[in-house]
Amino acid sequence: MNFQIVINIVIAILWMFLSESYTFTTFFVGYMLGIALLFLLQRFIPDAFYLQRVGKILSLIILFIKELLLSNIDIVKLVYKPKLDIEPGIFALPTELKSNWEITLLANLITLTPGTLSIAISEDQSYIYVHAMDIPDVEESINDIKDTFEKAIMEVTR
Amino acid sequence: MDIVIILSLVTGTFFIFSSSIGILRFPDVYTRLHAITKGSTLGIAGIMIGSFIFLYIEHGIISGKLLLGMVFVLITAPVSGHMISRAAYRSGVKLWDESVKDDYGNALEHAKKLKDH
Repeated sequence: MNFQIVINIVIAILWMFLSESYTFTTFFVGYMLGIALLFLLQRFIPDAFYLQRVGKILSLIILFIKELLLSNIDIVKLVYKPKLDIEPGIFALPTELKSNWEITLLANLITLTPGTLSIAISEDQSYIYVHAMDIPDVEESINDIKDTFEKAIMEVTR
Repeated sequence: MDIVIILSLVTGTFFIFSSSIGILRFPDVYTRLHAITKGSTLGIAGIMIGSFIFLYIEHGIISGKLLLGMVFVLITAPVSGHMISRAAYRSGVKLWDESVKDDYGNALEHAKKLKDH
């Protein structure tokens, strides 16, 4: 992946020298040409085409923003409910993610999802302790988090 | 265009207002942190977007600082929520009486027992 980005930048700089104008626009055009070349020649270059990974990162960011909007609306609904009929509690969420970076990302995503707030991470990093607004649908939220977030994070990092 | 600016400013203030009402209404530290970390992020984002569009239309300035501010609030709000709630739990703040489950407390007690033996 890094190798491909370096090649792409080198192609862009080459394009700048070839067209003899040293502005950002020319660099951008050269970069686009580099992407096209890399796309056409991806069979001969080691590793997968790196824009695929960029696309996955973008989809993770979009997921993040979507969950953020939903959770905001959720919390506003709870605030203006006349009667406070919630059953809060802390539950343990088992996670398969290993590295610090992945777990940090998952904990932050959990905090911004509707009704959940990550409180602590166990010593061996196999559980994330999550405070939930409404415990009865814990099973559901565990499955949700496992399905959407862990998959998206794994796709980006592995 | 004015309508867009007004709308985003009003939604921003509305979300911040309701998150502060949430701080007053919710029963304990953890549920209040829910209100702070979630309500305020969208509120600040709305206000920042509103002022960004205003600056661009009235004065022709593309203010990168506002966008950066938004991104950093989005990144730091969950981190601070996590740290405050963990610090609160470790320093012995009780959960609300009507809380139904406490896996973290059980795990901590279990670890303590193992240490004592």
